[in-house]
Amino acid sequence: MPSTSSPVEPPVPLSAVAGGLRSPSSEPSAAAREAVFALRDLAVAYGGKTAVEGVSMDLFKNDITAYIGPSGCGKSTVLRCLNRMNDLIPGATVSGEVLFHGVDLYDRAVDPVNVRKRIGMVFQKPNPFPKSIYDNVAFGPRVLGAPKADVDRIVEESLRKAALWDDVKDRLKDNAFGMSGGQQQRLCIARAIATNPDVILMDEPCSALDPISTGKIEELMLELKESYSIVIVTHNMQQAARVSDRTAFFIVDLAAGESQRIGRLVELNPTEKVFTNPDDPRTEAYVTGKFG
Amino acid sequence: MSTGAQIAARAVDGAGLARRDHRGRGASAAFNGLMYGAVTISVLALGVLLYDVVKDGAGAVDAQFFQNQPSKVRPETAGAQSAILGTVYLMLITAAIVIPLGVATALYLEEYADRTRWWNRLIELNIQNLAAVPSVVYGILGLAFFVRAPLSLGSVLLAGGMTLALLVLPVVIIVAREAIRAVPSSIREGSLALGATQWQTIAKQVLPASVPGVATGVILALSRAIGETAPLLLIGAAASPRFNPDGLDSAFTALPVQILTWSTDADQESFLPLAAAAILVLMGVLLLMNSVAIWLRHRYEQQW
Repeated sequence: MPSTSSPVEPPVPLSAVAGGLRSPSSEPSAAAREAVFALRDLAVAYGGKTAVEGVSMDLFKNDITAYIGPSGCGKSTVLRCLNRMNDLIPGATVSGEVLFHGVDLYDRAVDPVNVRKRIGMVFQKPNPFPKSIYDNVAFGPRVLGAPKADVDRIVEESLRKAALWDDVKDRLKDNAFGMSGGQQQRLCIARAIATNPDVILMDEPCSALDPISTGKIEELMLELKESYSIVIVTHNMQQAARVSDRTAFFIVDLAAGESQRIGRLVELNPTEKVFTNPDDPRTEAYVTGKFG
Repeated sequence: MSTGAQIAARAVDGAGLARRDHRGRGASAAFNGLMYGAVTISVLALGVLLYDVVKDGAGAVDAQFFQNQPSKVRPETAGAQSAILGTVYLMLITAAIVIPLGVATALYLEEYADRTRWWNRLIELNIQNLAAVPSVVYGILGLAFFVRAPLSLGSVLLAGGMTLALLVLPVVIIVAREAIRAVPSSIREGSLALGATQWQTIAKQVLPASVPGVATGVILALSRAIGETAPLLLIGAAASPRFNPDGLDSAFTALPVQILTWSTDADQESFLPLAAAAILVLMGVLLLMNSVAIWLRHRYEQQW
């Protein structure tokens, strides 16, 4: 799949955000791209109260897809459906289809534990285990039953891919809590890749970090894109513009009343289009900062 | 007032700062006085008790005390060996029973139980109540079910250990639950997101992280059990046995029971130094156990 662009006219700036856009990849027809995820009419309710409704989208291989939108619009809820983490919330019900390589993840026969081995997640606040750096990264492979001889190799590879190996190779036995926030988050990314997933889900991975660490993680994402598919929820529009290939914009729908806040997907398009020439006027209002 | 006038009216020098406000000082002083008074009374009470015991017993804590067996008639050669060993064995048996039972119950209540079900709420309520039941009631329970039918163990070490274990079990469960609950859910989520099962998450992340809290709680529970007299009396701990306990099915005694025997049953006043010595030994062990618990808690305190 081609990943670099053919020469492109500079996009008409719709907002300051557009100045940070990457040159868009040439867009082959949708039929040629492999869809890793296909969501069909996904709806989530907590305790009977609908939180998100009518979400349908395709997510493609080796893409970085960003979910943006105002607070409470259901971006994290939809993200957590992709690896069945919503199962952990008592009272959460999911309807609709979440097809992962054609298989419905919410089918009765599917074991959520297996789902999470194929789809990794990085959380908003870095959450390393209270163990050594080595044991943190090794936890996934060990749980998967990797033979001891392989664990060393997997740990080193994962730390290299997360651009952390040089920082920690001399202190693998040190407690993970001794690292800075940015390093801890990269450790969490290394930990997630150690299980060799297809997809990495990131729920606002940089919101607890300083700008320099954020920059490093964004660089990392662009490298990881070569081997994994990434979905990132972000509050930061500029971040979405910097790193993502496609952007999904969600809103909070108050049509049913102020107390019934339902999240809906408004638009999913190549990032460049979302920030310069979106299909929907609500998207335009959001990316130009008219509401947030 | 206009803003300018307000600014001008505000005092901009240091005048008025040195003046002390006398209005609240009387109440403050009275409160301070009461507070220090309360502390002094508590410390004084403990100090008087300690002084009394040390005065009576310090002289009797010698090698003979640890090597000889107790006696009801000859204070000069009496020791407390069977009582000391009995206490040690009782603590070992109690710990062996209470740790697995307490931790497993706490795990069930924290990780697996659905709190909306009425039977789980009933279990929780039951445990809170059991922690407050007087120890003599546990003694009656042990006598009725362990010493006599259906278990018919007789007045032996195992019955004593089981009774004490039941006595401190609610406390261990409560403390273990606190320790498990203190492990943040972000750790559990992180583990589950990697494809671990719930049991793998508990066994490899939650339990190891809660060990210091559980250990502290167990030591504190044991230090309560070590001083319990009423249940052991009801179970039928022997008075002044001249032999050491030699198995789970052996008759036994423990330091608190021996202290009671020497303080009340004995004919002569000359047994009182021995009783005081036994109190000193018991308090020394308690102090040691609590210090270890505090050190453990301090050393392994996890800053989440």
